[in-house]
Amino acid sequence: MTSQVHVAEGVFVERPDGPHLFGSRCNDCGTHAFPPQSGCQRCAGTNTDKVELGNRGTLWTFTVQGFPPKAPPFKGSADPASFVPFGVGYVEIPGQVKVETRLTESDPAKLIIGMQMEMVLVPLCVDADGNDVVTFAFKPVS
Amino acid sequence: MTEVAIVGIGMHEFGRTDGVSGMDQGVVAVRRALADAGAKWEDMQFAFGGSQSAGAADTMVSKLGLTGVQFINVANGCATGGSALFSAYSAIRSGMSDLGIAIGFDKHERGAFRVDTKSMGTGDWYGASGLALTTQFFGMKINRYMHQYGITQPTLGKVAAKAFRNGSINPMAWRRKPLSEEEILESPMLSYPLTQYMFCNPGEGGVALILCNADQAHKYTDRPVFLKAAVVRSRRFGSFEVLAPHIALEHNAGPTVDASKAAFEMAGMGPADIDLAQLQDTEAGAEIMHMAENGFCENGEQEQMIANGDTEIGGRLPVNTDGGCLANGEPVGASGLRQVYENVLQLRGDAGERQVPNEPKTAYTHVYGAPGISGVTILAR
Repeated sequence: MTSQVHVAEGVFVERPDGPHLFGSRCNDCGTHAFPPQSGCQRCAGTNTDKVELGNRGTLWTFTVQGFPPKAPPFKGSADPASFVPFGVGYVEIPGQVKVETRLTESDPAKLIIGMQMEMVLVPLCVDADGNDVVTFAFKPVS
Repeated sequence: MTEVAIVGIGMHEFGRTDGVSGMDQGVVAVRRALADAGAKWEDMQFAFGGSQSAGAADTMVSKLGLTGVQFINVANGCATGGSALFSAYSAIRSGMSDLGIAIGFDKHERGAFRVDTKSMGTGDWYGASGLALTTQFFGMKINRYMHQYGITQPTLGKVAAKAFRNGSINPMAWRRKPLSEEEILESPMLSYPLTQYMFCNPGEGGVALILCNADQAHKYTDRPVFLKAAVVRSRRFGSFEVLAPHIALEHNAGPTVDASKAAFEMAGMGPADIDLAQLQDTEAGAEIMHMAENGFCENGEQEQMIANGDTEIGGRLPVNTDGGCLANGEPVGASGLRQVYENVLQLRGDAGERQVPNEPKTAYTHVYGAPGISGVTILAR
């Protein structure tokens, strides 16, 4: 039987209210980072804790990946015949940080800077054991 | 304080040169620079050199001659050439050396740069998920900038058309065919809002520059060009940089603004004193944003400036007179030095068909690269 696996351990976690990215928070100055970091980029302190970031935010900017990324490192379909363009953007998690993410929407006419977004998991590929590999993305809140 | 002069320049043609290694293109550039200065390899007291994908620069002594020269490899991403030049500048300015050389060369595989997220300290998930492309950053940065400051897509087309027009009259350039704004705007959309012909390509080439203590410049040339400033800066907290899984909430203008201000201060000049500029144009949007980040206009003024033709070779502030990265491609190790090479030609009055009129006296260069680094130089004659 196959199951769903994450693209890597420790990047995000599934909770009843949806998936959350793991980040870190500096206990000295409150600055957040993604992925988690042992040192704070703002105050250079080392007193950070791993936290779960908020899973909703606003679209800060975006592009659309219109050609297949090189594989490796890309694990999705890099075959030009079957490649499906996908959105990429930064979503601002209020009070925390802007995270770089895939977007479920790839039509630039349907993406508006400032729109509300929420985190979801999307299929990336099938691994050697037949498991469905998922990664994270943000989708417009309908 | 010691002044620094550039007294010899050499370049291997940019583009694709099948059968010639990147390092051999660097060797050609060194020999051309030595010939230009009328100097010998054994006269070089130091060499700073680098490439990203074409080998360790110091091994080129086996081709140039084993003279015992102090040869130091420089590896600083897209600012490798700028960093080699900064190092050479510092070696002379400190009084340690009188004469030496800065070298950059490269040869990249075709297609967009493949990013090793492990060497960046980010997990495999980043590239695996379809992130970690420099092209995405370029699309996202100009998209937000256009949204904020009213730059339009046709202006992106105008910038790229200018690059290929300038490249078409540069015998060292890779892309020598002019393209219309329509052809550029209608080419495939690679990273919205940027189309295929708005992007430069990784390429090949080599550049070498010979520097000396200015009080000895007359031994090598009757047309020395003086290096008034050479600055490299990395990012500070809060800036928006390429290959960044996150950006802080608080905003900082970024390393280009820092490097530019420091360079103008070092040179005792301001943006209004500059006669022409080579600004990093890995894609058409970058040139537009870098005009403002380097102090040559306010955010948003580019739309009208470009419509006016201000950045054309005959305009108020010619930008990327040799066709920039768009027409020359980007051999990472050599790219920043190509800009300086072009400026030396322009200040000598040797730029041929693309010569900026009215005998320019000052010229500016700017490179930008991962993971958020900028290099700026100011030249004067």
